[in-house]
Amino acid sequence: MWKRDDAVKPAPPGGGPAAAGTGQSAQNNLNTSPAPEAVRSSDQARGMEKGPVNIGKSVVIKGELTGSEDLTIEGHVEGKIELRQNVLTIGPNGRIKAQVFAKSVVNLGEETGNVTASEKVDLRDNGSVDGDIAAPRVAIAEGAHFRGSIDMQRAGAKPGEAPKAAEGAKPAAPAAAPPPAQQTAPAPATAGPR
Amino acid sequence: MSISDLLKFGNKRPDEPEPGAGSDAPAPKGPEPVIPSKALEKFINALKHNEAPVLIDFGPVIGTNVAFFGEHLGCKLYIEDLATEIDKHTRDKSRAALAETLAKRFTMADASVDGVLCWDIFDFLEHPAAKAVAREVVRVLRPGGAVMGFFCTKPIDRAPFTKYEIVEASSSLRHRHHPGTGGPKFVLQNRDIIKMFDGISVSESFLLKSNTREILLRRRA
Repeated sequence: MWKRDDAVKPAPPGGGPAAAGTGQSAQNNLNTSPAPEAVRSSDQARGMEKGPVNIGKSVVIKGELTGSEDLTIEGHVEGKIELRQNVLTIGPNGRIKAQVFAKSVVNLGEETGNVTASEKVDLRDNGSVDGDIAAPRVAIAEGAHFRGSIDMQRAGAKPGEAPKAAEGAKPAAPAAAPPPAQQTAPAPATAGPR
Repeated sequence: MSISDLLKFGNKRPDEPEPGAGSDAPAPKGPEPVIPSKALEKFINALKHNEAPVLIDFGPVIGTNVAFFGEHLGCKLYIEDLATEIDKHTRDKSRAALAETLAKRFTMADASVDGVLCWDIFDFLEHPAAKAVAREVVRVLRPGGAVMGFFCTKPIDRAPFTKYEIVEASSSLRHRHHPGTGGPKFVLQNRDIIKMFDGISVSESFLLKSNTREILLRRRA
């Protein structure tokens, strides 16, 4: 009883059980301290959180996707993607039908919708964009497909602000308005099969 | 095949596919030529008068051209890639619908564009489709705006698509093969071009050694 507070304290660094005291105290420590294996696995989990986040091929997300870490999409995303300070990579299997706002976008897959990046849009070989790009730097590789407008003047474009067409232009056909959110997936997103 | 068959089908077997249908046009052999362009420099000079010119490119996207127009000239670019549209309609065997599709394609407002790079796209369009595109060009072009187009002088049964990369300080173009069905090239006479672009006038016309006409059209400021 009188040692209960000590018993719930976190385990000392190293993950080993606290020094065994008398009878009940030792028993409490054994019951509440994480086992070395458990500690190791939680460290691994923490390590995964810090690593790149990947939305796998089989994952379909409809709605708004926001986050504050780099993200790679190999699955399907429809709606809106906001990674204000981070890099979005659309993998070769990625299929995006969304408005995208990010620091940088690297596209090796298919994107339909407007892309706004505060630093750079990199459209790689076999990558495809149908929509408007607003970014201070745009790189388009040989073999990439693009249809839409490119505006490099809006340096430091604020994410969240959609690129405008020419003054008084009719609404651009490829602009994908976000559908009502059916599923919100806050980053870190579910990892699918790679 | 009898003579009557020949007369009936215009020397073409009825089961023979249309030229350019289905398969990709063969790529030209040899290195990609770099050919000086006289109209390009004048076209670029016309754009330089504007602070942030708006430009339409009818050709397939090329990274270096995007960097040139976007970063060096500060243009806002619209990449329309009509070659892909022509390719799609050729593969779908729906070239008859091309004029209607192209007439609805351009979303820009009236008089909102400073320059149009047509390249040789008009050569690949049948007359109704060419007229529809020209009408849209005239509609979107601002006063003072410029249009550059390349026009062939001889019809070609089937030609591959070409994309034009700006090289050598914007005075030359590398003629690069662009994969696709390509198609026949039709000749537009000068008077046809003047009629088609009613409302804007031919300001410069150059006949290159390759027998290509480089034509620059301007709308009066």
